[in-house]
Amino acid sequence: MSEKEVKNLERLFEDRIARDEKIEPKDWMPEKYRQTHIRQISQHAHSEIVGMLPEGNWITRAPSLRRKVALLAKVQDEAGHGLYLYSACETLGVSRDELYDQLHTGKAKYSSIFNYPTITWADIGAIGWLVDGAAIINQVPLCSTSYGPYARAMIRVCKEESFHQRQGFEIMMNLAKGSKEQKAMAQDALNRWWWPSLMMLGPTDAESVHTEQSMKWKLKRKTNDELRQQFIDQTVPQAELIGLTIPDSDLKWNEERGSYDFGAIDWDEFWQVVKGHGPCNQERMSARVNAWENGEWVRDAAMAYAEKQEDKKLKKAI
Amino acid sequence: MMKNENLIQYIYGIADNALILGQRLSELCGHGPSLETDIAITNMALDLLGQTRSYYQYVAQLSGEGKTEDDIAFLRTERQYKNVLLVEQPNRHFGYVITRQFLFDMFHLLLLQNLQNSKDEMLAAIAKKGIKEVSYHQRFSLDWMKRLGDGTPESHNKVQEAVNDLWKFTDELFHMTEDDRIAFEAGVGVDVASFKTLYLQKVSDILTEATLTVPEIKWFQKGGKQGIHSEHMGYLLADLQYMQRAYPDMKW
Repeated sequence: MSEKEVKNLERLFEDRIARDEKIEPKDWMPEKYRQTHIRQISQHAHSEIVGMLPEGNWITRAPSLRRKVALLAKVQDEAGHGLYLYSACETLGVSRDELYDQLHTGKAKYSSIFNYPTITWADIGAIGWLVDGAAIINQVPLCSTSYGPYARAMIRVCKEESFHQRQGFEIMMNLAKGSKEQKAMAQDALNRWWWPSLMMLGPTDAESVHTEQSMKWKLKRKTNDELRQQFIDQTVPQAELIGLTIPDSDLKWNEERGSYDFGAIDWDEFWQVVKGHGPCNQERMSARVNAWENGEWVRDAAMAYAEKQEDKKLKKAI
Repeated sequence: MMKNENLIQYIYGIADNALILGQRLSELCGHGPSLETDIAITNMALDLLGQTRSYYQYVAQLSGEGKTEDDIAFLRTERQYKNVLLVEQPNRHFGYVITRQFLFDMFHLLLLQNLQNSKDEMLAAIAKKGIKEVSYHQRFSLDWMKRLGDGTPESHNKVQEAVNDLWKFTDELFHMTEDDRIAFEAGVGVDVASFKTLYLQKVSDILTEATLTVPEIKWFQKGGKQGIHSEHMGYLLADLQYMQRAYPDMKW
């Protein structure tokens, strides 16, 4: 194809997106579009499965049967999200094994928030309320993103996430109206998860490298700073409602802007964790790598068995 | 004559298996060999914990002391849990997980198929609902026994190792405690001994199909039904009970 022809295709492609048409796997797409989507969708899938670990940490110790079942179901939903997202990613011509390999070798990233430890039961509430809350704000716009398989996966993911978020808030609410110890546990979890949750919405617009292109492809509808503000404005009244204090002494309602002003985010901490030096980066990665390596003989067995069955069928047919 | 306490003890003998196996399976969530197996194993854990809740809510009602399902699940001492030794065995590797599941599912389905005819309407109803779930568990574990047994030489050896190690816990499944006998005589409980031969036949057929050897041993282990557990049990309970012990009398 000549350069002119490619340019022409690119123009038609951008026009389709501008008209809000969905791009489907068999459609022509620029290589950069394909690569950007592989990067983003796989990063999202990896975040789902690494995200199973901090919450999984409390399944065996959940304080009641009802909470245990709800937490198990939630973590299972995350595995399900991982599954749809890997499948969506595979439509772009990359295999799940390749994507795992990128995760295990550190080539692919996942959401940094999961590199923080869950040290008390209240952390499970805080993750649902804050982390899933921030994730929803990030993800709802993706339900109408340009790549069809991703948009459709996100519709399902968002429905379940909003359920998780309510569940997390309900855990926090119960703790906040419980005993003195429970309330302290809830406040402590909020103190530890608040800032990392704000960081989850990504670096400030000035530092964000992918924003412009992503906006054009509808991988993004609002900038990181806009999303962060939305998250803060939505979450502060929820904290007030249950009598918990947001750990930010600069937090103040700004009448003029109709939004909260907030204190400075420690971006050094953000980059430290992104670069692999958070409290649990090593643990998370080794848990994933161990699951994969210890499972190899099982996957091999399933494959070998399926081949044997196939051979038997063939022999019968002959 | 069956007293309330006999019925409660009888139910523990069934329900504690579901709790302890559900707890064991839930340890694996997020660590499975593939996303698909991870999801399937979590499903089984969810089913078993759901069954546990139905049984314990019934026990709470029977005991009439204002107890809740959580008091029963979390606040008994080790000797008061009546699960069989098989279900508390650790997740050494996937071969053990599947073999433990298979040996238990084959028993569990037969148990529930009998229990659905119980004169106790509540137990019959719980059993009926459980049959659908456990049929699925059995299909899953049975398929995996075949895949591992007749997969690669490595998987064959690994699953055979698990079968050899766990076989000693199968006999206890068919022991009748005093409470079991009383419940059976009252038309409420099941005579588990009556389907031991059928169980062994079915299990042996599957193992053979999976190219595995059926162990021939003379000495079996027992004790779980009397609350005499393996050393693994204390650690399992320490995890399970941690929150309720550390923060007593709170709502979550």
